[in-house]
Amino acid sequence: MSASIALQPGALARYETPSTSEPAWIKVTLITVALTFFVIFLLFPLGTVFVQALSKGWGVYLSALTSHDALAAIKLTLITAAIAVPLNVVFGVSAAWAIAKFEFPGKRFLITLIDLPFSISPVVSGLIYVLIFGAQGWFGPWLAEHDIKILFAVPGIVLATIFVTFPFVARELIPLMEAQGAEEEEAAVVLGASGWQVFWHTTLPNIKWGLLYGVILCNARAMGEFGAVSVVSGHIRGLTNTMPLHVEILYNEYNYAAAFAVASLLALLAIVTLGLKTLVERQTRKQISESQKPSES
Amino acid sequence: MKFKTIIAGLLAASVLAGNALAADVTLLNVSYDPTRELYQDYNAAFAKYWKTKAGDNVTINQSHGGSGKQARAVIDGLDADVVTLALAYDIDAISDKALIPADWQKRLPHNASPYTSTIVFLVRKGNPKGIKDWNDLVKPDVAIVTPNPKTSGGARWNYLAAWAYALEQPGGNEAKAKEFVGQVFRNVKVLDSGARGSTTTFVERGIGDVLLAWENEAYLSLKELGDKFEIVTPSLSILAEPPVSVVDKTVDKRGTRKVAQAYLEYLYSPEGQEIAARNFYRPQDAKVAAKYAKQFAKVRLVTIDKSFGGWRNAQKVHFSDGGVFDQIYIPSGKK
Amino acid sequence: MASFKNFSPLPGFRLSLGYTLFYLTLIVLIPLSAVVTNTVGMGWEAFWSAVTEPRVVATYKLTFGASLLAAAVNVVFGLIFAWVLVRYRFPGKGLVDALVDLPFALPTAVAGIALATIYAPNGPIGSLLAPWGIEIAYNPNGVLIALIFIGLPFVVRTVQPVLADLEKDVEEAAAGLGASRWQTFLKIILPHVTPALLTGFAMAFARAVGEYGSVIFIAGNMPMVSEITPLMIITKLEQYDYRGATAIASVMLLISFILLLVINGLQGWMQGRYTKGA
Repeated sequence: MSASIALQPGALARYETPSTSEPAWIKVTLITVALTFFVIFLLFPLGTVFVQALSKGWGVYLSALTSHDALAAIKLTLITAAIAVPLNVVFGVSAAWAIAKFEFPGKRFLITLIDLPFSISPVVSGLIYVLIFGAQGWFGPWLAEHDIKILFAVPGIVLATIFVTFPFVARELIPLMEAQGAEEEEAAVVLGASGWQVFWHTTLPNIKWGLLYGVILCNARAMGEFGAVSVVSGHIRGLTNTMPLHVEILYNEYNYAAAFAVASLLALLAIVTLGLKTLVERQTRKQISESQKPSES
Repeated sequence: MKFKTIIAGLLAASVLAGNALAADVTLLNVSYDPTRELYQDYNAAFAKYWKTKAGDNVTINQSHGGSGKQARAVIDGLDADVVTLALAYDIDAISDKALIPADWQKRLPHNASPYTSTIVFLVRKGNPKGIKDWNDLVKPDVAIVTPNPKTSGGARWNYLAAWAYALEQPGGNEAKAKEFVGQVFRNVKVLDSGARGSTTTFVERGIGDVLLAWENEAYLSLKELGDKFEIVTPSLSILAEPPVSVVDKTVDKRGTRKVAQAYLEYLYSPEGQEIAARNFYRPQDAKVAAKYAKQFAKVRLVTIDKSFGGWRNAQKVHFSDGGVFDQIYIPSGKK
Repeated sequence: MASFKNFSPLPGFRLSLGYTLFYLTLIVLIPLSAVVTNTVGMGWEAFWSAVTEPRVVATYKLTFGASLLAAAVNVVFGLIFAWVLVRYRFPGKGLVDALVDLPFALPTAVAGIALATIYAPNGPIGSLLAPWGIEIAYNPNGVLIALIFIGLPFVVRTVQPVLADLEKDVEEAAAGLGASRWQTFLKIILPHVTPALLTGFAMAFARAVGEYGSVIFIAGNMPMVSEITPLMIITKLEQYDYRGATAIASVMLLISFILLLVINGLQGWMQGRYTKGA
């Protein structure tokens, strides 16, 4: 397929020496393997979502997206992300500041703890909130007495979402800020800047792209989380269904086109996320190469 | 897209739910999987009825899922005003946590089951494997789709119907029934966790030769997904009684007992029975039953109370961890 | 905290660390301790019998077996992907590079229904394989496919930067000394990327072990055959068996924690390796 174009000599100028590059047939094979894998495993599932979503035409597609249940699910998803993401941003910045700019014992262990939600099964993430806030759980009776609803209501969904997206911003910022070191900030402090001034004028411009990157990933996960939210949502139509849960419900109602229509919105979100991510990466690279220029010259 | 009309006020209702506006009431009906279409229709009818009778606007929110999962959610604090589940055991589980009094099944007629159903077979058009009755299911080349009896209410009815069939055969006894049901489950190709999942697997994914399904679910598949399938009614099946109850703790807290009670009672009215029948549930009301008699095949039905000593007993013997189902299922999986 | 000697002139240490610990405790540690205390409360025997039930053991075998296999497949294809993306130019490369992260960004439920549709016997790929008697959906193969899907970006993204940083002159030197291309790959390139490959493998594995959303739609969920451990937790809950669910959850929790320690250890090794070389 298109791989043959890759063999034009110009394209390979950097790797032309036979001793440090592979024979053409290996290149073709590797590229073909990668592209085949790419098409089967990534492009196909993505394409399927849109093909299925539009299988009954645009009319069905649009009415699926504008039904009251779908709108309520979209609204709930947006609310959830709007609460969870900023909270995790504040935490991520604070954790990265403490970990990257200071030395203290137990730092590595702290990082492991921050990573924990990332590797915990979403199902377990949901279960823990049932154990705590469920009517039979730790605070259940007290909450019921005071008529506070957490589980099977928006707070439970938000909490579970915060849990699963907890490490995203921190994990993005910690290595970045560690690599940048603390010299610039220290210089600013010596020059008399206050803590907040240092943060706003020195640190933030340095980490803005990394931060944005973390926010994008955090947001994508927050909007797309299924397992954890499925455990703590009561699946009440129009009230506690997020978009991924609404997809499941429609799927279970033989409403496949509508299920894939809502799924296609989530897939679009994924594509936008990846687009933004690529842009941000490009910016980061630019920033790094710019910051390196003066030191090299 | 029918449900649009019912859901129309939902967004507004969710905002208003906290405020005690006198004329606006919301109810939450926590139900099992195959009742989605039934309650879409019924909720609209009841809202109209209640408006004329009491003058209040009632909005009914719905939650659907596997029967066990739904009961668990209620136990964990999902504020259901009424539960309409697949089998009495799941409501018993809620009543064990003192949310519902123990005698709940006596509070409404017919064991608190306003409609009944039974278990039938859904096969592919032309019935290529010639499946007529339960004993055809154990033929070696038959692939069965059923949900998991440990998690799905409907699947427990499937299992017990197969058991009852084996018991009723000449020379049938417990040991033979165990052997027979074990053979049936050795032919199961996909064991989804809920009834809807199984239907999707069979109908949409084209897996298996026969789906063991609720009668109403089977008819609904025919209606929704065209004539690629046929329904086969076995010689004997089980009378499935999906019960309903008000959740006393919730309605007393929210002050919705009156409307919740009326909501369930209206299910027994001729209008409610009509809606149930139109959604392929067997009505209890004699007149409505006569009107829809043609729709439902005549089949010998055994009951859970007579053949299995009630749900609690059936649950303990067959579906508890280490129970009969675990004994017959686990060796088959190990092959 | 005052005992920590801090020589940094920067302000905000106490505030930021204090807030970090507070938020961590509130969101992560207290909720997780619910699993631990509930497990401890049930007693050793009850715990042991819950987590060693044959049906539960079967889910461990499938979950860990399929996760290992999926991570291994991802190591091979992830390396090929990273190699192709770093070393070669071909049309559509930008697109491939961007979409490698799709499994991160695509909600798992969406991935699940899409994969089930594709690989079902009547789906576009499933129908091609069916005549050969190959079934993917609704058996352990389906689990494997879903886990390969969600794990792919981990290996690619850990190996890619390392490969890009590999100094060209090292390879040229090797070639100059008479090494064949294959020898250079085996002796120079592969050892260089091994820590990254292992890290990617461990991350893909950790993610796969806990995965739920994408798997349940395609697995068929047969007890003893294609049930994964997270589904087992849900199943236990639906049978009102909170203790069983919590016990299995605590096993998974322990495994997650161990895997994380391994990953962090590997990353430490990587950092040491790659900064020394530079």
